Amino acid sequence: MSAPVLEIKGLKTQFQTRQGLVKAVDGADLALGHRETLGVVGESGCGKSVTALSILRLLPQPAGRIAGGRIIFNDRDLVRVSRAEIRRIRGNEISMIFQEPMTSLNPVYTVGFQIQEVIRKHRQMNKGEARTEAARMLGLVGIPEPRARLNDYPHQMSGGMRQRVMIAMALSCHPQIMIADEPTTALDVTIQAQILDLIGRLKEEIGMSVFLITHDLGVVAEICRHVAVMYAGKVVESAEVRELFAHPAHPYTVGLFESLPKIGGRGGALRPIPGVVPGLFNLPPGCAFQERCFKAEPRCRQEPPLRAAGADHMVRCWLPGE
Amino acid sequence: MPLSYISRRLFHLLLILLGVSVLVFLMLRMIPGDPAQLLLGEYARPEELARLRTQLGLDRSYPIQYGIYLQSILRGDFGTSVRTGAPVVDEIGVRLLATIELSLAAMFIATLLGIVAGVISAVKQYSVFDYGSMFLALIGVSMPIFWLGLMLIYLLAVKFPILPMMGRISMGLEAPAVTGLVVVDTLIAGQLGACGDALRHLLLPACTLATIPMAIVARITRSSMLEVLNQDYVRTARAKGLGEAVVILRHALRNAFLPVVTVLGLNLGLLLGGAVLTETIFSWPGLGRYVVDSLMGRDYAAVQGCILIFAVLMALINLIVDLLYVLLDPRIRVHA
Repeated sequence: MSAPVLEIKGLKTQFQTRQGLVKAVDGADLALGHRETLGVVGESGCGKSVTALSILRLLPQPAGRIAGGRIIFNDRDLVRVSRAEIRRIRGNEISMIFQEPMTSLNPVYTVGFQIQEVIRKHRQMNKGEARTEAARMLGLVGIPEPRARLNDYPHQMSGGMRQRVMIAMALSCHPQIMIADEPTTALDVTIQAQILDLIGRLKEEIGMSVFLITHDLGVVAEICRHVAVMYAGKVVESAEVRELFAHPAHPYTVGLFESLPKIGGRGGALRPIPGVVPGLFNLPPGCAFQERCFKAEPRCRQEPPLRAAGADHMVRCWLPGE
Repeated sequence: MPLSYISRRLFHLLLILLGVSVLVFLMLRMIPGDPAQLLLGEYARPEELARLRTQLGLDRSYPIQYGIYLQSILRGDFGTSVRTGAPVVDEIGVRLLATIELSLAAMFIATLLGIVAGVISAVKQYSVFDYGSMFLALIGVSMPIFWLGLMLIYLLAVKFPILPMMGRISMGLEAPAVTGLVVVDTLIAGQLGACGDALRHLLLPACTLATIPMAIVARITRSSMLEVLNQDYVRTARAKGLGEAVVILRHALRNAFLPVVTVLGLNLGLLLGGAVLTETIFSWPGLGRYVVDSLMGRDYAAVQGCILIFAVLMALINLIVDLLYVLLDPRIRVHA
């Protein structure tokens, strides 16, 4: 991996709820290389979205808080910078797009206004220049007749179009990093492919890094260089995509692959991972996956170490690949 | 906003008013007994009754009578008050403006304070301010308005005589009637002292009248804001690096306004028609008291006129609320 532009070290993010303290992210380590795409995969509730929100400190308030760890971006620790500083970074150096394009745009303002808003916030432009720039961005994300569409309201657009608008908005200040939280989950398959292509192409054009959150291994295979697998708030395995797909080391990752249908496979039943993700209130001591693991043994009740399972391939397990 | 929508709504307004006029027309005919007798009282002489019957067209069929009634309304003739002998339309006019002045002042206070309290409560949910203001709001909606009015008078006009206790302006001060709103008229005439005096007269009754709507607005604003603050687009606004004030005022509040506007419209209607208690306590020469006095005095022409005016006002307020919806939320424009 090239020198990382973003490094997350031992991130702990917690939520205070009526039922008690939820450790949504519990010591996650991730690194995003310069101009690379990192895929973060995992089931619902594994902490991948919370990790993304933690980067820009967008956690729901007052319940959520970062309890520990560091998020290093350009020699600054985003966990500790001032509120004014994090606002200067948001939308400008690091921007974010979300899973729900239908509800992520404000329904009472035109898309033009919403794009211009972020441009005028971070770039010294007057109204006219910002409008021209907004139209250029809409064109860049493949929206036909961009000047006319500036006056459209979100409800006048389809989900795919709205996600393109979100991307235009996210890229309009030429960020160094774009965080994409399941950007294609709510879209149908053909639109998914278009949006992924678009993200890949614009990443090259703008020269940014992409932090992609998804539960879809197919998406990872398509556009990611590195991948990290999260389970119950921890990163359990990380590697280059090819390496991970060829030699998955963590039993959970192995389970993920085995539960996927294979094109040209011999058919037969898929092998789902038994059980469900454990509640974050009462995790077992040691490895959180032990109760569903086909290889679990007594020592799994102690915290497993992070070990190398190959070149640039780390796994958090007592028995990698055995 | 499409002009066709507005003209269609104005046409609807016309239909509603026609319907109301039919009801008001029938009202006098439904009351048991002879309308002429009702209008002239028990001791009227037979030839007077006969003359009035001919004059009102009571000897003709209902449709023709309605036609005559409608014609006179359109001419601005609402009949003559049996209590004062003055044309009803003049009597209503003066009092309506007094009521409008009081209602608008009350709505201004209720809207401003209610929205501010609601927004802060939502943003600082479960804070001391939140609990405090919502407790006050609960007291506000449950407080008997006559009691509040009397207490305010006792405290601020009697015990500590800071504010006047009744009337619209002090004796001896008079503004040329231009709009009929004393505060505005004194301002137009450049009499700042008189304007201040009128404002001081307005303050106690307006605060009294504002209490209930203010409490309702605060609660509605709070719950609407709480819902909006959890929306994805508010998170998007934050992710763009916008300041918290912009996020709340521009992105959240604008979306939270729809239910607030509905409540504001309903309350303004209620204030215009039902400020009887407040107007009585503060000797405010408004329409609410006039209606009650007219009802007590069996002044049917006056009651009919008031009902018609209330109906027009209600319909107009509803129209304004609907137009505000369209202005506030572009999604409504599609169907409009």
